[in-house]
Amino acid sequence: MALPLLLLRPILLLSFLLFAPILNFKAALGSVTEEDFSEELLLRPLPDRKVLAHFHFRSRAPHTSSNGRHHHLFPKAISQLVQKFRVKEMELSFTQGRWNYDRWGGFDPISSNNAKPPGVELWAVFDVPLEQVDDSWKNLTHALSGLFCASVNFLESSTTYSAPEWGYRPAPGSLRYGTLPREAVCTENLTPWLKLLPCRDKAGLSALMDRPSIYKGFYHSQQLRLTSSELESEEGGSGIVLQQTLTVVVQPDSERNVMSYSHETKLQPSWSLTSIFGRMVTGRCVLAKSSTVYLQLDRGLVGQLDYLQKENELSSDDKSVYEGFSSNPGFELSVKPDRVLKELNDFEKKNPSVVYEFYIEKYSESRPFDLGLTWKLPVVWSCQKAPLHAVRFLMGSGNERGAIAISLRSTEVSDELLQTDMSEGRCKLEVKVFQVVPWYIKVYFHTLRVYVNEQPQEVSDVVEKMRVSPSVDKVSPGVMEMVLKFPCGMKSAAITLEFDKGFLHIDEYPPDANQGFDIPAAIISFPNFHTSMQFFTDKSVDRSSILSKFQENSAVLAYTEVLLVPLTTPDFSMPYNVITITCTVCALYFGSLLNVLRKRVGEEERSSKRKATKETGRLRQLLSRVSAKLRGRPSHQPTSNSSTFISSKLILFILMAGIAVFWQVYFG
Amino acid sequence: MEVKEEQSTKRKKQKQGRFWTWVAASVLFRLILIYFPKNLNLSSRPEVSTPLTSLRRLAEGYWLKQSSMSPYAGSMYHGSPLLLSLLGPLTIKRIEGQPSHLLCSLVFVVADILNAMLIRATGQTLQVAYRQSLKSLDLDTISESMEVLSSGDVAALVYLWNPFTIVACVGLSTSPIENLAIILALYGACKRMVPLAAFGWVMATHLSLYPMILIIPIILLLGYGPDTPRKLLLMRRYGKVEDNSSSDSFQQQDKVINQSDLPKVFAWRPTMLFLLWVIMWSVYVLLLCGISVKQYGGLWEMFERMYGFILTVQDLSPNIGVLWYFFAEVFDFFRNFFLIVFHMNILFMIFPLAIRLKHRPCFLAFVYITISSMLKSYPSVGDSALYFGLLGWFVNELSEMQFSFCLFSVYVGVSLLSPVMHNLWIWRGTGNANFYFATAITYACLQMVLVVESVSAMLNHDRKLKKLTNAKLQNGKS
Repeated sequence: MALPLLLLRPILLLSFLLFAPILNFKAALGSVTEEDFSEELLLRPLPDRKVLAHFHFRSRAPHTSSNGRHHHLFPKAISQLVQKFRVKEMELSFTQGRWNYDRWGGFDPISSNNAKPPGVELWAVFDVPLEQVDDSWKNLTHALSGLFCASVNFLESSTTYSAPEWGYRPAPGSLRYGTLPREAVCTENLTPWLKLLPCRDKAGLSALMDRPSIYKGFYHSQQLRLTSSELESEEGGSGIVLQQTLTVVVQPDSERNVMSYSHETKLQPSWSLTSIFGRMVTGRCVLAKSSTVYLQLDRGLVGQLDYLQKENELSSDDKSVYEGFSSNPGFELSVKPDRVLKELNDFEKKNPSVVYEFYIEKYSESRPFDLGLTWKLPVVWSCQKAPLHAVRFLMGSGNERGAIAISLRSTEVSDELLQTDMSEGRCKLEVKVFQVVPWYIKVYFHTLRVYVNEQPQEVSDVVEKMRVSPSVDKVSPGVMEMVLKFPCGMKSAAITLEFDKGFLHIDEYPPDANQGFDIPAAIISFPNFHTSMQFFTDKSVDRSSILSKFQENSAVLAYTEVLLVPLTTPDFSMPYNVITITCTVCALYFGSLLNVLRKRVGEEERSSKRKATKETGRLRQLLSRVSAKLRGRPSHQPTSNSSTFISSKLILFILMAGIAVFWQVYFG
Repeated sequence: MEVKEEQSTKRKKQKQGRFWTWVAASVLFRLILIYFPKNLNLSSRPEVSTPLTSLRRLAEGYWLKQSSMSPYAGSMYHGSPLLLSLLGPLTIKRIEGQPSHLLCSLVFVVADILNAMLIRATGQTLQVAYRQSLKSLDLDTISESMEVLSSGDVAALVYLWNPFTIVACVGLSTSPIENLAIILALYGACKRMVPLAAFGWVMATHLSLYPMILIIPIILLLGYGPDTPRKLLLMRRYGKVEDNSSSDSFQQQDKVINQSDLPKVFAWRPTMLFLLWVIMWSVYVLLLCGISVKQYGGLWEMFERMYGFILTVQDLSPNIGVLWYFFAEVFDFFRNFFLIVFHMNILFMIFPLAIRLKHRPCFLAFVYITISSMLKSYPSVGDSALYFGLLGWFVNELSEMQFSFCLFSVYVGVSLLSPVMHNLWIWRGTGNANFYFATAITYACLQMVLVVESVSAMLNHDRKLKKLTNAKLQNGKS
């Protein structure tokens, strides 16, 4: 052990000397010195009898060259990607299904960060000069498409990606954003994603990922987020941070425990890890620094349970019911949590969210971890929603034109939140809209209309800031970023934009052209509302990546639906007919017009006149005589005529053959 | 004799009155149509608004310009920056209680009336010149029989009442303004107003590129004067007359002297003047354009977006032409080849036609306009409206045109069937693109037959005149 260390030291010293100017300031800032990996799983019961499972794996690698190009834990492919394309930040998500913002919540970190539009979404920020960003993007898409067995390379074409300035996230110039709404996501994408984990799906939490149970869920989003920083950032320190998350919404089998209650509401289905995934956790991944399972109870659920507690046990004097989990009136856990964390809440009147923490270290093959939750009482609650519920739809019929409308409806949450703002005087609800429209949807931006409470409004009153980059045919998509400011008491608002549908070349249609084309989801974000959830222990923050992620102060964000636009199709079967018919008409025109122009009336008249005037042209005279003779007695000189005819034809034929041979030799 | 003259003047006055009532009625009709709600959806018809003529795209360009972006950003607007600053403000300005597009519509109605008046004036000039030349050929009999129809009035009324013109005018397409430029050029050349002709030609070329080929008829008009029967004929006749002068009466000698003011040789001075004015006007127009697009992409972007767009047929949305479907279906490999072929088809016919019809420059202009509107990349009914109007000028010469009834019925049939097929394909989804394309092909054939037949009728008419003069000469000799 001492020998390699002894050997290593001079090498390190040497490298230190070589890279002194780079390294010395890096060393000064305390950076991540070792690679580490942590795995976590968050479970959360959802109001509509479903369960959210959110896997979170984090690998970190320092930016030092001490190990050369080798890594212990960190996937080499990813670090090469970062080094080669100088990726500063990147997020790639594969999603199937649609996040239900109404029922599953729209105001928590998971819904803002992990609810993604269906298909593939990729954005990346590059650390290269602005003119090289596009090239880096193209290379990156190809690399990722190879890595994940997906058609991410279709994002290479400039018609599919865009460069938002401030509508998506603030990184002007070096940010590229692209989506493929129609990408089908399946195990072939999950397997390479799992390969990036040090234990794959052989041990640890990832062993839970039973393919059938994951893919039969209602929503499935697999995500890869990469942050690389040379300098210290508040998040992960310097180095590369790779966060892999898998968010699944599944419905536990409820047949077993259907119990009709006296209330009209049914009991929530009880579940356990085995009933959801069909597997148990048999110990942690030995390479992981930490391995934790969380069970989160929503703010709404906690409030409801509080209410139940008060109703059922008036005598209870426990100030916090959740710490004694066994005495909980609403449900029962099969495993005793190691720790109970309570959200540190700004609003006192609100119920804090509660998190139960389970350490997997304690469990092993002989004593597997199988968390189960059994409901004792029917509970009805609702998740916290985003300030405005956004719906996007198409208007109009036919394949010539239409309109895109984004309708925003206020939820009860916004009323509550805005009540607090109201006291501050000037009250405006700020909404950011970012929308990418493919070029074949030709949007007329001058037809932008804004309706507030179903009353048309002057656009300049509502639109605070707007950036438009109109689409160029077959070159770039149309991008619209805008900031809207609505009055607080607003009940509903709508934005409409008219468009014409484009007509594509026959080759540009996908194989199933009549299915229609997708308009990627618009992104609606609320810059004034943040999703941070503070859990009071300071110590656990750096230990747990999910909880530190929850603390991030990111804006509430929601994706709208992907729109399906049917476009008219030409007849794919008959390009030849079209070409030949059109060319025939063209030739007809040309030939007949030329014929009309060439025709001379009174040819005979003129020739006779010429004879009369005795023109001096001898050859012409001869010719006219010959022609007159031929016309007069055509039977007399047929042989010579035909022979000249044949010879001229022969010459023509030889000429043509010569040209053909020439062509064959030089161009064939 | 006096009574007869009085009667004729009375009839003329009556005719005048009738003409003006028809004009007024056409204006009224347009105004009524304008007041229909949503413009009868005419402004979004593919027959009316091509990517080049659509006012909606112009409004988008104006909006982009107002929000300090290049009007050519994106591929919405492809028109002239001058048109943008002219019509742009009108697209957003509105009068309380009136339809939003009223001001623009009024501009187009005014342009249409102006077009009709210019067509009428040009037609009258043509007729006067024609009658004079007939008189010089001693063919007064024909000219008298022709007096029934005043071709200027006919042309103006055909222009005003052509459903295509009305649709293009009410449907908010910029083609009435493009047509105005073309007609201005022809009018200026007929009336020998060289600066006006140069201005019209430069503007027409600037607005829609294809009228560039009209430079040949305009130069011929300036050089030889308006349409006359074949110059060769005249020359020969005079030659003959001079040959026979010793033996024949002196009367004819007098005639020759009288007619010697007839333009026999090409007049170089107005032509040179025209070219000079063309240069001046184009510099001026380019300067104006340069000023208005200076802070964006500059003149090069303008050329690329205007003329590049016309020449490369980038937009494949359906119109009444055939090229959109052709280029939607043709293999990419051959695209450039066929682009060249179709544009060359216009250019190829220029010189043969110019050689054969150089004594009839106005008719030559009509043929050019028809050909280019048949083969242009984004044809609209506005172009057809123009050449149908101009066809009225030659109502006397072309009275013996073949297939005219057939042409008329096909014209009616296509203009009824084409919207139906479009509706079936685009809106109902029950029809196929080929149905609509079939009507477009029929329409192209119709135009083709019209060109060929009108050219052959015109040539036949000239032949007939020649025959008549020859016969007269023979009579005179014997």
